[in-house]
Amino acid sequence: MAAPPVPLSRRAMLRAGGALAVGFTLRVPAQAADESSAGRAARGRVVSADEVDGFIVIDGQGGVTLYSGKVELGTGALTALTQMAAEELSLPFERLTPVQGDTLLTPDQRPTYASLSVQQGGMQIRRAAATAREALLERAARQLGTTKAALRAQGGRVVPVAGGGEGLSYAELVAGASLSLPVDPAAPLKDPRDYTVVGKPVPRLDIPSKIFGRFDFVHDVRVPGMLHARMVHPASAGASLEAFDDTPCKRIPGYLRTVRKGDFLAVVATDEWAAVRASTALVARWSAWAGLPDEARLVEYQRGAKVDRDQVLQAHGGTPIGAAVAGRQLRASYDFPLNTHGSIGPSCAVADFKDGQLTVWTPSQASHLLQKQLAAMLGLATGKVRCIYVEGAGCYGRNGSDDCSSEAALIAMQIARPVRLQWMRADEHGWDPKGPPTLLDYRATLDAEGRIAAWDADIYLPERPMRRSGATLLGAVLAGLPRYGSDEGIYDPGLGIPYTLPDNRLTAHWLVDTPLPAAWIRAPGRMQNTFGTESFLDEIAAATGTDPFELRMRHLSDPRGRELMERLRSFARWEPRASRPRDPGELARGRGISYAKYELVRTYVGVVADVEVHRPTGAIRVLRVAVVHDCGQIINPDGLRNQIEGNVVQTVSRTLIEQLRFSRSAVTSLDWASYPILTFPGVPEVAVDLIDRPTEVPWGAGEPTTSVIPSAIANAVFDATGVRLRSVPFRPAVVLAALAQVERK
Amino acid sequence: MAISVQLTVNGKPETLRADDPAMPLLYALRNQLGLHGLHFGCGLAQCGACTVHYDGEPLRSCVMPLSAVAGARIVTLEGLGTPDRPHPLQQAFVDEQAAQCGYCINGMIMQAAGLLATNPHPTEQQVRQALAANLCKCGTHVRILRAVMRVADRKP
Repeated sequence: MAAPPVPLSRRAMLRAGGALAVGFTLRVPAQAADESSAGRAARGRVVSADEVDGFIVIDGQGGVTLYSGKVELGTGALTALTQMAAEELSLPFERLTPVQGDTLLTPDQRPTYASLSVQQGGMQIRRAAATAREALLERAARQLGTTKAALRAQGGRVVPVAGGGEGLSYAELVAGASLSLPVDPAAPLKDPRDYTVVGKPVPRLDIPSKIFGRFDFVHDVRVPGMLHARMVHPASAGASLEAFDDTPCKRIPGYLRTVRKGDFLAVVATDEWAAVRASTALVARWSAWAGLPDEARLVEYQRGAKVDRDQVLQAHGGTPIGAAVAGRQLRASYDFPLNTHGSIGPSCAVADFKDGQLTVWTPSQASHLLQKQLAAMLGLATGKVRCIYVEGAGCYGRNGSDDCSSEAALIAMQIARPVRLQWMRADEHGWDPKGPPTLLDYRATLDAEGRIAAWDADIYLPERPMRRSGATLLGAVLAGLPRYGSDEGIYDPGLGIPYTLPDNRLTAHWLVDTPLPAAWIRAPGRMQNTFGTESFLDEIAAATGTDPFELRMRHLSDPRGRELMERLRSFARWEPRASRPRDPGELARGRGISYAKYELVRTYVGVVADVEVHRPTGAIRVLRVAVVHDCGQIINPDGLRNQIEGNVVQTVSRTLIEQLRFSRSAVTSLDWASYPILTFPGVPEVAVDLIDRPTEVPWGAGEPTTSVIPSAIANAVFDATGVRLRSVPFRPAVVLAALAQVERK
Repeated sequence: MAISVQLTVNGKPETLRADDPAMPLLYALRNQLGLHGLHFGCGLAQCGACTVHYDGEPLRSCVMPLSAVAGARIVTLEGLGTPDRPHPLQQAFVDEQAAQCGYCINGMIMQAAGLLATNPHPTEQQVRQALAANLCKCGTHVRILRAVMRVADRKP
């Protein structure tokens, strides 16, 4: 597909992208670091999310800086947020320069997670921009001796509606001063019919510089006098450091020293490769530890795990839990393994501690949370810690970025020199907090007509905050330093079913422990919940001889959901398949459907997956995934498609291949050979149909499509072969065994 | 045993130094020449984020000892093309918006450029095979394929 037309010429965008990249990736980080809290106070930089100045500053030349607490994680969010600000300010897109995720400069808009950048962060920015525009109109009305109604904002100027007269530019109206206004939550928003930037496929700000090798990732930050460090992480997940000897390191030119605190052990050198060599040359003795469960019995481990508390997350109807409902009964259990985030670039951070002030250049998705966590860990006042976001590789949740940042900060404080710490591949695979294993049980009672009379589900997930929670900084854990109360993380919002049943219930069982430190990975809990829900619905359809599409429609009352499903029916050319015979071929083909209303309150998504199962080997190939997506008002349709495609491909990988392996002591999936992911030969075709609703609020798109992929694949495999896969990942050996079982029947 | 190696990088003669002859080329290119287009991904030649061209062919710079590249002609992403004179693949990647986080994209472009140099009009299956050992975790594959095919499908 050709890139859609854009309002600016490609060349202009390239220039804009290149120039902006300089602005927000801090090519001169040392200079930026010199901005002390005192300096900020002197200049009066406001970082409140309740103030227009927190988000938007108009300079004397008419350029505008957008200060965003939400950051670009490779999803296109920053471009979308800039579009929203430009639109509401009636300003040409290229006149806006975004600054992101800097605790000294940007408001705290909460971590960049949960598909909330546009939905929450963008709406905050939109309201601030609308407040600013209204204030500019009022100022202009006063200066021009007319009324606000006689004026309009256009292209960075306030001009008379009737024409005639140049009006006043924003720069003239603010005259270099700040706006000093509270954000007005009721400020009138532009009519979507007048949009010229929102809803357009504006090319991403960061892409040109990434394609020409001119983009600065956090790995490229350099500070004068900077040293290089590498971690020597424990030999097992719970080991203690008994002794170490750095004598062999001393033969490596450039090697300087170790930093040790408790179980925290790092090497420091003047040169990066010397640090790598020293980390492998160092001799460390770790205590024996074998506290991990048997990975082959992970489901039993979860069933036996101590439950901290039970929580009913969804309940309709009045049947008490466990009460019998007359009718035909069905039951099934589903499970999901541990995943690593698997960022292609390892975590990296640069830290500098000078004059009592800590500065950390970090790829964290949560600069402001990290600031508080670092302050607690290191015994500093929050104002003495500055976290500056610089892009890392895609994280898909709480990966190792914050942990690596905490380790870099501790080293910097110990050696009193700026230091760059980069994790090696084994650190990233071994020590990022993991997507926890998840177990789901379902029971349904069907009435005489085969309709679902009662539905009862249980989900087993680790409690939060967890012991050694993934939201806790690894540096603090290893060094035995204080931990800030962790972010709650988000596993449970909106778990349940998006259908109307006479009687249904979902109970969460929050487990006290989980094998390895855990944190959220894209669509946490929601993907597992939808995998179980949509697979079990498919089982009911099969048991009652109902077309899987019709069964869903029978119980779907939400009009917007029904509209989406009808779009999907024609987009994917769905044909009723209740009585379809199995494909007996060596390459058995089938198709499966899945639907979600994300967290039961926002983005709607429906998919049909076409798969091919190679009977002799059990290998599954996903051929095509058709997606219909409704996230309300679309800010950038091309960015949205990019996200949906990524959701699909990444989750095909998680469904078919990915599984974190571990021994009784430690993670054994420490590279891409032991944690394989989907590669080009297995990538499906992705077809996307977007439903745009310009007059509705915008919802998130970073996760919803992820939630429906595993069930669509499982249902397609059943359609092809009669094999019901209930345990992710669907590896060939498992499929082969299941095929043999079906054939025996 | 420090070494000093002379070679050509992006058309310019350069001298790279290391205290350890086994130091991978990646560290010299990134830290001595400030070339940031290539990325450290795994250090194991498994992912491809570090790919450069060595005498015209894709090479994983994270495992190539500096001692083995004397006299080589190295081209990095920065030398492949510039915003003013983009390589056709770079233009195609911009046109297709073929990046998410973009960390792997260096390897995708350099590997695909190596393929197109020997086979200017590959089929999509051939492109998939040529990129089979280049990893992307964001799931940008469909756009990367479209971008490469945009160049591959061009009439001679």
